Amino acid sequence: MSLELLSANHGAALAATLAARANRKGRGFVSGVYPITPSTECMEYLCNQKIDKGHVVRVESEHSAMGVCIGGAAAGARTFTATSSNGLAYMVENCIAAATLRFPVVMAVANRTMGPPWNIWADHGDALMLRDAGIIQFFCADNQEVFDSVLCGFRLAEDSRVMMPVMVCMEGFILSHRTAQIDVPAQAQVDDFLPPTEVPHRLAEIPHTLGQIEIPHQTEVHRLQHHQAMLEVLTLYGAIQDEFEAIFGRRPPDVVVPYKTEDAETLIVSMGTIPITAERAVDELRAQGKKVGSLRVRLFRPLPDIEIRRHFAGKKRIAVIDRNIGLGMGGVLWQDTRVFADPGAVVQDYLAGMGGGDIRPGHILQMVADIEARTESGAPMLMETL
Amino acid sequence: MNEPALGGLCQSELDRSDAIFRKGNTNCGGCGMSITLQMLRRAVGQRPIQMVIPACCGAVAGGTFPQSTFGAPTLMTTFASAAAAASGMAAVARLNGEKTRVIVLAGDGGTFDIGFACLSAAAERNEDILFICYDNEIYGNTGGQRSSATPQGAVTSNTLEGKLEQKKDILSVMAAHRIPYAASVSLAHVEDTHRKLTTAIDQTGFRFLHVLSPCPTGWKSEPALGLELVRLAVRSGLWPVYEIFDGKRHVVNIEPDFSDEALNMYLSLQRRFQKSGLTAGDLRPAIEKNWQNLRALSGRIVPARREG
Repeated sequence: MSLELLSANHGAALAATLAARANRKGRGFVSGVYPITPSTECMEYLCNQKIDKGHVVRVESEHSAMGVCIGGAAAGARTFTATSSNGLAYMVENCIAAATLRFPVVMAVANRTMGPPWNIWADHGDALMLRDAGIIQFFCADNQEVFDSVLCGFRLAEDSRVMMPVMVCMEGFILSHRTAQIDVPAQAQVDDFLPPTEVPHRLAEIPHTLGQIEIPHQTEVHRLQHHQAMLEVLTLYGAIQDEFEAIFGRRPPDVVVPYKTEDAETLIVSMGTIPITAERAVDELRAQGKKVGSLRVRLFRPLPDIEIRRHFAGKKRIAVIDRNIGLGMGGVLWQDTRVFADPGAVVQDYLAGMGGGDIRPGHILQMVADIEARTESGAPMLMETL
Repeated sequence: MNEPALGGLCQSELDRSDAIFRKGNTNCGGCGMSITLQMLRRAVGQRPIQMVIPACCGAVAGGTFPQSTFGAPTLMTTFASAAAAASGMAAVARLNGEKTRVIVLAGDGGTFDIGFACLSAAAERNEDILFICYDNEIYGNTGGQRSSATPQGAVTSNTLEGKLEQKKDILSVMAAHRIPYAASVSLAHVEDTHRKLTTAIDQTGFRFLHVLSPCPTGWKSEPALGLELVRLAVRSGLWPVYEIFDGKRHVVNIEPDFSDEALNMYLSLQRRFQKSGLTAGDLRPAIEKNWQNLRALSGRIVPARREG
């Protein structure tokens, strides 16, 4: 173990490198990479690591980057890539293919606004584009969490009961470029945590075809199996946390992270780094005697419905902060979570920090003041976080 | 027209014990891709192979889950990423010291058009892949639309008056990547086909084979005449059969007689050329230019046509 100052981009790449080396006794590691701001530094770092039994292919597009991962996983290797924004959009077809082919690709996504007009700053909209694709999605709050989520991601993705891609999201620049302390484990610990990759359906000697034509009822069954495997993540994750803690001496955060929620009447719900700001605002409001709490949704797919419902129970007001907009509808987190609120509760969507706008504690105080003045839920409210 | 199947080269004791393309497949009769795969069986022999097939007729030919028409482990990829997935598979084989040869089988769309960036990049990286393009000159899988491989004058479902532009010279483009081996293949010349497949399988680095693949459905031609059409295309000079080593050394393998009769026969036996009324005379200038260039590149100065 050593403490190192690393950006989340470098942290994700270092975690992938350690995972890659851990598979030297398996079928090795393959990665396809293509640069895009702000995830470029992740692929650069990975390209400069020495990996026994590993190969990083510098391809000509994100589409091919995931294509290489698909080929690598089809041959039974551990696979990783990183991208962002329009790069992710360009990769979408193959992300979905990796999911439906049930390949355990782990990808780091530095969340960035979709364009043009070009904007390189943070927005969750890129990753949320793949919300329904059968890919596990973690939204991280700090660099250590990005690092740990990549390791947990491989463990989850490669579990035979799961077998699907994992996306580890970090907000562009806010995390991707921020240097912070990361507790980096020794290779031997990672070796213990990550057994050699086994892709049960990989191509070997026996002639079989992956991804061939299916007829409707077969697709129906495959989607059902995929869906059930995703739900399985919610029960498997606890055991992975336990094992992670036993090996590395620290526990990765739960699927949802509550902060002073027990007696709260108003709950702030958000993802990524926003909850960290919300927790500061909660402290300020608590000092004023207001019963406010924060709930961080760390695992967005599969959505931890039971956990969220439990934390929503008895809350009078739920303020959802969305760093994205589902155009023509409202924030995606709000769309997905509002059904878990008690009947009669005020659930208000605040669209804030889109396109990389700063969300400061003051903005959150403003939202709480707004929701406390409401007697019923309104349409999603667009905040300008100037 | 009655000749021993594939010149007697196939279905011999040297064949791979498992067919690469099994009986009961759903390909149309007379499909050039079927012939290519049967030839591949003989050339591959007992070598371990894995195949990558992007969206194309080959993806349909694989049959429905869970049966497989292919007698080799096969990955179906998205339309534009066959060469990328093959790069990943080849890398894993190399990392594990396996002798598996990774073979991409792609149509003209997955090669000339949507798959081109990915193909070009894999060629530039000199990945250890054999990329076979079975070129039926249309998007056969979607029912026959124009591609950049469609020849001048051919009617497709979205160029009803016939395509105006010339076909992309993909072999020259691939040769410009200076890959170890690139060749055009005539299925009507079985020894030549077999030799090229064998050379390409055993070679390391990026290899590209361009097969003129008769498509009775798209060409609106008689299924039994497929190989005859290929022979006419070769004879007339329309389909030059040559190889390029390291992007540099050009070797012409079959000498055409540049007969206008053969060219007119080629055009008239396919209903796709009827509407545009294209004749040998229309195509001849482009063919001559192409061959002049090829003569210069191959260093064999035999004029295509003497003046006067």
